[in-house]
Amino acid sequence: MAEAVLSPVKQRPEKKRRTSSSDSARTARPDLIHEDGAGSKAVRLFLIGLSFLFIFVMMILPLATVIKEALKQGWAAYQAAVTDEYTKSAIMLTLLATFSALAINTVFGLFAAWAITKFHFKGKKLLTTLIDIPVTVSPIIAGLIFVLVFGRQSFLYPYLKDAGIQIVYAVPGVILATVFVTFPFISRELIPVLEAQGTDEEEAAALMGASGWSIFTKVTFPHIKWAFLYGVVLCTARAMGEFGAVSVLSGHLRGKTNTLPLYVEVLFQGFEWVPAFAVSSILVIMAVVILVARNIFEHNAKTGSGGV
Amino acid sequence: MKEKGKRVIPGLGLSLGVTITMLSVIVIIPLASLAVFTARLTPGKFIDVITNRRVLAAFEVSFITAFIASLINAVMGVILAWVLVRYEFPGRRIIDGMIELPFALPTAVAGISLTALTSDKGWIGRIFDHIGVKIAYTRIGITFALVFVGIPFVVRAVQPVLEKLDGSYEEAAGVMGASRAVIFRKVIFPEIRPAVFTGFGLALGRCIGEYGSVVFIAGNQPYKTEITPLIIMAKLQEYDYASASAIALVMLVFSFTLLFAVNLIQVRNTKILKGGR
Repeated sequence: MAEAVLSPVKQRPEKKRRTSSSDSARTARPDLIHEDGAGSKAVRLFLIGLSFLFIFVMMILPLATVIKEALKQGWAAYQAAVTDEYTKSAIMLTLLATFSALAINTVFGLFAAWAITKFHFKGKKLLTTLIDIPVTVSPIIAGLIFVLVFGRQSFLYPYLKDAGIQIVYAVPGVILATVFVTFPFISRELIPVLEAQGTDEEEAAALMGASGWSIFTKVTFPHIKWAFLYGVVLCTARAMGEFGAVSVLSGHLRGKTNTLPLYVEVLFQGFEWVPAFAVSSILVIMAVVILVARNIFEHNAKTGSGGV
Repeated sequence: MKEKGKRVIPGLGLSLGVTITMLSVIVIIPLASLAVFTARLTPGKFIDVITNRRVLAAFEVSFITAFIASLINAVMGVILAWVLVRYEFPGRRIIDGMIELPFALPTAVAGISLTALTSDKGWIGRIFDHIGVKIAYTRIGITFALVFVGIPFVVRAVQPVLEKLDGSYEEAAGVMGASRAVIFRKVIFPEIRPAVFTGFGLALGRCIGEYGSVVFIAGNQPYKTEITPLIIMAKLQEYDYASASAIALVMLVFSFTLLFAVNLIQVRNTKILKGGR
């Protein structure tokens, strides 16, 4: 686990472990560093103050703005917007898209991580690069490519039409876009952990005659449990909030193809500010839940993957 | 042993098969369609599309705002990472947790709330309105939104490197009489430089393609505050698929180049993180 270093962005569990033992022996002893005490203290205060100011302006104020604008016309107006028929259908579609993305990306993540970390084959490096592509593609381009593949001008379109399947400007398109933008989110959390763990335990189990399935459930999965949940959290966050890609594919039909973020846009562009921010507040609550869950899973990954 | 391991553990065919099939259907084939549709344009027409004045202006807006925002993020990101790693103070954990907010908060929500915040009636916009600076619906507003979007990339890239930094070099420099400023410039910064570049590159890549958080605050005036993703959106609404693909392809080539550069830097970075220098 400790050496699961693929890139600095992907190794939070380890990072946390170090933070908690805050001043480890490796940190320089300040008394050995020559300085005038007052100056260093001023720098320290300035940097901490600047950090608080930044977080306050960039993170706290936007959240506070959502609450303020949502409650501008009182509690009743807020409640009306949140329990609106269109809001409910947007919540349902957002949940559907999120669960679809989670299911598909979990299947992919588990198979991909298994193939990449337990075997040696040619082109492995290329495969891992290709898996990461969706993260670097602009959301608008992610939407565009599915319009190209399934839209009116595609050679597939006549067949889809005959079969009565509509993908672009319909629910399947929304789901496809969501799956695409979150595609590597689970595999990229699993791969570093499995890589660090090696293949010895699986080889031993296989030699003793265990089947592939029981090797996976009894030997491998306990190691990756928390990394997996961590990936699930990241995937959920992105899936429920995806805007650009979904926006291209949805067609913005109220009550039909609007997810929560799209419905926020429709309301905001229609100058319905209070409902727009009220619906946003639902997403803010979900975001806060995700942040907390993230911290818990991270903490558990830190204290060892043994306990449940 | 490795050769043997390949055969002992079951499931290579199945797992690789599923992986490649899903990857092809969901990622590779749709992306390839971009090249197919762009190829419908003659080379001359392709050049015409991507050098159209309005398109060039959009490239410029996207690139300049993303670049400035990523520079601000590089500086603020190092400061935040430094404060989080080196100082103990009340509220440290809250700041650490809040850094991830841009990953968790849907971009559309960030977009409308930053717009409300910086419009002339908002808490921040009101203050700047007094000194005659408009934030919302200008390039400053776009940059502001992109700083929000990009900050976690730099902090999360630099933080682990700072934590792994061996204190004995700083001590040695200190014992030999170097001041804090010199220690930072000569001892610490060279160590975290690859991580800063990585974070900068990741933030830049994200900011160039960003849509949701920018589209509300930008005002979307052609030649002034129209970003590239919005041009693609407009071409799509005119059913001009070939032009949309051409502009998208240019963006894609740029992000892949950026990703490649980041990967090169990361290889070096990983070596530092693994302890050996």
